[in-house]
Amino acid sequence: MPTPTKGARLGGSPAHEKLILANLATELFRHGKIKTTESKAKRLRPLAEQLVTKAKRGDLHARRRVLATVKDKDVVYALFEQIAPRYANRPGGYTRITKIGPRKGDAAPMAVIELVEELQVAASTGPSKEARKAAAQQAKVEALAPEDEAPAAAAKGDDVQDDQDAEAPVSASGDKPGDKAEGEDTDKA
Amino acid sequence: MAVPKRKMSRSNTRSRRANWKATAVTTAACSQCKSPKLPHAACPVCGTYNGRQVLEV
Ligand SMILES: [Zn+2]
Repeated sequence: MPTPTKGARLGGSPAHEKLILANLATELFRHGKIKTTESKAKRLRPLAEQLVTKAKRGDLHARRRVLATVKDKDVVYALFEQIAPRYANRPGGYTRITKIGPRKGDAAPMAVIELVEELQVAASTGPSKEARKAAAQQAKVEALAPEDEAPAAAAKGDDVQDDQDAEAPVSASGDKPGDKAEGEDTDKA
Repeated sequence: MAVPKRKMSRSNTRSRRANWKATAVTTAACSQCKSPKLPHAACPVCGTYNGRQVLEV
């Protein structure tokens, strides 16, 4: 049995829903940041991220698959040539949804969905976590058996390296909002 | 078909409706400008969320 798509159904028919999402994705890639309802933003996010992933692959087949959704060739060109290279070292999570409260008129909850900034430092998610776990286990084993002095020292060295690996992405995410947001804040203040 | 046997008194109607109350919206202080805003949403006054400018003000 096919799993139903998560989120709200949009429009009056499946074809209408497809069109709404395709148009939203096109405008998101054209402007980089669009304001829409929360439900539409939540439906748009997986579609937009799949399109970016295809754009990162960058071959002709991927381009044709993206063109099946995004009909505007200028937008597809911009997606493949400008947007996709920005996310070369980002393992998914190319969009950000920020809620901005109810709309005047029908009080529909609105949100801003935007393409996130370039990642400065490559986020090493998978291997570093495993390495950290392995190091933690080794440290635990050596704490239980403290006779072996030399391996314990080696494990400590591993721990330090792993800590540095773990801290790097955190600082990257801290820097990420820094440039734009803080600059604008100081302008305001 | 089931139908009411008696007219509902004004008193009963009013005592039922007396419990229809609106509640105040929950707000959280904005971390930038300290003005009340919806939790987990961008601030409509300064347009920031999580220290990041989201809306033009
Ligand atoms: Zn604020």
